[in-house]
Amino acid sequence: MNMGAGEFLLTIAGLTAITVVTRSFFFLSERELVLPDWVKRGLRYAPLAALAAVVVPEILMSHGRLVAEPWFDARFHAAAAATAYYFWRRGILGTILTGMAVLLALRLGLGW
Amino acid sequence: MSSLSLRTTLAHPAYRAGLRDMAGVSLGIAAWGLVTGVAMVKGGLPVWMALAMTFTVFAGSAQLAVVPLMVLGAPMWVVWATAFCVNLRFVIFSAQWRPYFMRFPLRLRLAFGYLAGDINYVLFMKRHAEPPAAGEAPEGQIEYFCGSVTANYLAWQLPSLIGIVLANAVPTHWGLGFAGTLALLGLTYALVSDRATLLAAVVAGAAAVAAFALPFKLYIVVAIAAAVCVGLLIDGGGDAGRRLKRELGRLGFTRCPA
Repeated sequence: MNMGAGEFLLTIAGLTAITVVTRSFFFLSERELVLPDWVKRGLRYAPLAALAAVVVPEILMSHGRLVAEPWFDARFHAAAAATAYYFWRRGILGTILTGMAVLLALRLGLGW
Repeated sequence: MSSLSLRTTLAHPAYRAGLRDMAGVSLGIAAWGLVTGVAMVKGGLPVWMALAMTFTVFAGSAQLAVVPLMVLGAPMWVVWATAFCVNLRFVIFSAQWRPYFMRFPLRLRLAFGYLAGDINYVLFMKRHAEPPAAGEAPEGQIEYFCGSVTANYLAWQLPSLIGIVLANAVPTHWGLGFAGTLALLGLTYALVSDRATLLAAVVAGAAAVAAFALPFKLYIVVAIAAAVCVGLLIDGGGDAGRRLKRELGRLGFTRCPA
């Protein structure tokens, strides 16, 4: 790491500003912001889409590629077990614990 | 303009509801925070820099994206441009936050924006789907938001701190970060309520895999755009939407789990 302290502090000051500005973008200005009706309706799908977009590659891809045989992948079984738990009990904590139990059993027990 | 008193906010039942809704997901956030802390230090950032970064930047995926660039000595504008692209999804989210936040002064709005992570957005929009009309100040909404971001901040920062300090003692090959993915998986299921949302989720997942090679995590933005299009097609009740609906019905998706 050959970045000086001054340059580093300037860099993270900029990064912090980027966090604030991107997260506040459409409510920075007082001016009336009229979103077309279809945009408002469409945005209802954004939270779900963002989640699915993060989750699916994390389960089915590795090193930037789709896993060809996911049934030999500990993550696939962990996700399947977590899914089963979710639809049985509907609790997120249990979903995480079930999935992690399967993941760790396969990773540490079988060395996957 | 509305103001916010710390004492009445913390005492409000909605504040506690905001905390409570985060309880299950917090374990996943914590695992991600821990892994991010470890990754920053193992990526080559000195401990004091990693600490400074987590307590200012407060954006996990952007931090992970820019640390390698900073360690390699990339120009500052490249680092900033990368963080901006990784954060683009928040620009989309901010359009939906606007009606809930506009009654507060700019200073508070900036604080809200800074603290509003992905999961706060998802949980808030699930609970308060109907935005307030201009001039209205519905009871409990902002208190709920404050509870939710408090839990998010603590569940992220404390494990991050531990990960940074104990970077070499935390075993990462176990795949602890997957707990974060599982938390989001559960949340995804919680949001699927009918055929339209199920199809939107499937399309978003497929689009993310297909567009994964795009730089700066832009695949997330592509996936959101694709899912919004499909959702509008179905909601709009046009010809294409009707046909999609019919096909889904034929495939047996007449009702969805959840």
